[in-house]
Amino acid sequence: MHPADLQAIDFAAYPPHAKAVATREIQLLRALPIAFLPLLLRELIDYDWKFPAERAELDHQFSYLDSKTAAEVSSLMRPFAELKITADLLQFDWVNDPVQFSEKLSANLWASQQMEAFRKASIEYVHQVALARPEPKLPGARVSILLVGQGVTKTKYPLFRKLREHGVYYTNVAPEGGYASALEVITKRAQQYPAPFAHWYVEGGKADGQPQGVSVVSYSSLEPARAKLIDKMIQTMKPGGGGPERLRTDLARMQPAEVGLPGNGDDALLSRFKLALLTQGSGTQMFSTTFVQWTAREVLRRAQPLTLFARFAPRQSEPAVRPPGLNPAATDPAASLVDADMGAYYTWINQQRLSGAADARFLVWFEEHREAFSSAPSLGRGETNDKPVAIEELITRLA
Amino acid sequence: MSSPWNSGRSPRQIAHSIAHSRREFLRATTGAALALSTTRAGAAVVPTRKVVVVTFGGGARDQETFMPEGQENIPLLLSELIPQATFFTQVVNRGILGHYVATASLATGAYETFNNFAAVAPSNPTVFEYFRKDLKRPASDAWVIAPSNGFNRIGESEHRSYGVGLGARVVLPKRLLGSALSPRDALLYDHLLRDNYETPLYAPDIGGDSMQLHELAEILKLSVSDFSAHAQSLASPDELSVYIARRLMQQLAPSMIWITLHDIDVAHSGAFSLYIDGIRRSDRLCATLWRTIQSEPEYAGKTNLFILPDFGRDSDEDPGGNGFQHHRTGDALSRTTWMLALGPGIRQNVVVDRPVQSVDLVPTLGALLGFASPYSQGKALTEVL
Repeated sequence: MHPADLQAIDFAAYPPHAKAVATREIQLLRALPIAFLPLLLRELIDYDWKFPAERAELDHQFSYLDSKTAAEVSSLMRPFAELKITADLLQFDWVNDPVQFSEKLSANLWASQQMEAFRKASIEYVHQVALARPEPKLPGARVSILLVGQGVTKTKYPLFRKLREHGVYYTNVAPEGGYASALEVITKRAQQYPAPFAHWYVEGGKADGQPQGVSVVSYSSLEPARAKLIDKMIQTMKPGGGGPERLRTDLARMQPAEVGLPGNGDDALLSRFKLALLTQGSGTQMFSTTFVQWTAREVLRRAQPLTLFARFAPRQSEPAVRPPGLNPAATDPAASLVDADMGAYYTWINQQRLSGAADARFLVWFEEHREAFSSAPSLGRGETNDKPVAIEELITRLA
Repeated sequence: MSSPWNSGRSPRQIAHSIAHSRREFLRATTGAALALSTTRAGAAVVPTRKVVVVTFGGGARDQETFMPEGQENIPLLLSELIPQATFFTQVVNRGILGHYVATASLATGAYETFNNFAAVAPSNPTVFEYFRKDLKRPASDAWVIAPSNGFNRIGESEHRSYGVGLGARVVLPKRLLGSALSPRDALLYDHLLRDNYETPLYAPDIGGDSMQLHELAEILKLSVSDFSAHAQSLASPDELSVYIARRLMQQLAPSMIWITLHDIDVAHSGAFSLYIDGIRRSDRLCATLWRTIQSEPEYAGKTNLFILPDFGRDSDEDPGGNGFQHHRTGDALSRTTWMLALGPGIRQNVVVDRPVQSVDLVPTLGALLGFASPYSQGKALTEVL
């Protein structure tokens, strides 16, 4: 089907909010090229399951496009319209399965050596949309607190090397009460700035409690879901089971209830997010360090929180998905510290991509040890501080 | 696909910066000279020349290799191999960034466009077919040692003018090991049997062939039980591949060996420590292969070694990716990599800074060994001819 032929009835299978937006915007959707529209629909079809920040971004995107004349939209979309799309892609049901379409489009663009042109068009489009959006006013500064190195007694690994140029590297930190302080800070901030999905606690092991107003995701609590997912993967990857292509499709269509996560009610949105962490994050099924890094990335990218507290835990040593029923794997705290160190750097980068980056505060602490790194508007850059300081103080300064 | 983030630098600027950083670093550490022209190196006539090609499936980024903080991961490349090599700083892959299809493109010298996860043959003739057809070489003279079951068709294309019967013998060490083990014993070798890091679980088995195992055991003068026992002493699939390559060199001395290392691609699991381990292991294995070439009478003094990643990995700056973990964005860093060329007739300690393409390898091998590669999209690299 060509976009110009779209009718409201084509969105009958969309969830209620998504359907309402699609119906409202149908004139605009008809004017968009096939190399672009399904990618927008890929976002729209999940509208009912998006975090508030994501909805606001999508709403802005529609407002931006609606504000343009037909000629301006045509001009904006020209680089996408000029991409050559194969006839079989046009035949595909891109309205109801835009995720699968985007996989096929991606393969098509790679094979026809048009990926670079697509990348260029995407960058320019995102740039234009971002330029038109006023910076959202935040009720407070964004804060991220990370704990790394659990279980490590001694290391010679040079921590925070990539971060040091962006803030202060502390080498003489009194470690008492660090974890409790971090939990206290996130709890207080959730009370001070109450908003849905604005405060997150990501735990690589077992989370201690559920602070009021904080969204909690822990690797340990997802163990039953991981087991069910891994079993599904093993079955699909067996000879005759469908292979990697089928696996990708199945994972994209999987519902939370299939892995034992609540699919309805207030928890539905969080369940979908948790499922996506396991089905879309490579390595999240087997390594707790990867799980924490990826979850922090997705929380920052999607929920755009005011507060993020992420605690890495030792990952299993073997790089293999363990079939359900086996004994717990041995862990490798030293390697996990290396993973978490890089994870901390990526979390800092992802925080910097959000609005309010100039005022954002960040702290990563080598748990129960004397090293930490922090960046904030009030702190210098590329500095090392070897004066005694309590981790409690460093953490509470952020709030 | 996801929305890329504009880093403020064009792909050309980033590629230039990559090359610049490599060049400056190499000058400082090895005293390498810059090749100022693309004139011929004055290749010596090397009788019965042989070639070993090593590709890394899943490239290593500059940050973890050639940049100052990454130097500790490639000590042997820097101290032992680069001083003896011509080093190409900008090798660009314009094809699909999946390991099987990209390695197949390296082997054909043409950008293949098939599904990366499908067990299909390349559509263009491979370097092995060009080599064997033009030079009338037997099947035993061209070998591929490949990392995963998905590579089983890489030795021979479906091209009408080449194809059936003209390709390389393909060894899949993991498949061999798997067929030598009972299901119970396979648990002991789990670390060596992992097939593929681009998907979260093993790729489906392509079917057993015990004849191949015994045939290879015969060629390598190695009993199946000795092979299994030795495998258990190895730390990774790449070590198994290099072990087989060395046995092949000692027992059969083929003129063309193509080895695809793959340990680095464990980066897809998101564990930075394992990715670094893979880089360090690849560094060590490349040096091992070069030393083997120097010490084996059938290879010493007449063998060129080419080492290149199939492509790079995503940059930290592109929000469409997740840094070192994948190669999905198609950004400049994931497309730009490097190549080392060593051996007789190739100038030592020289840096070539002009952009070349990964598909240039096949015509270069053709020019060195004396065969044509009419379907390749690349151009022979005159700096090593």
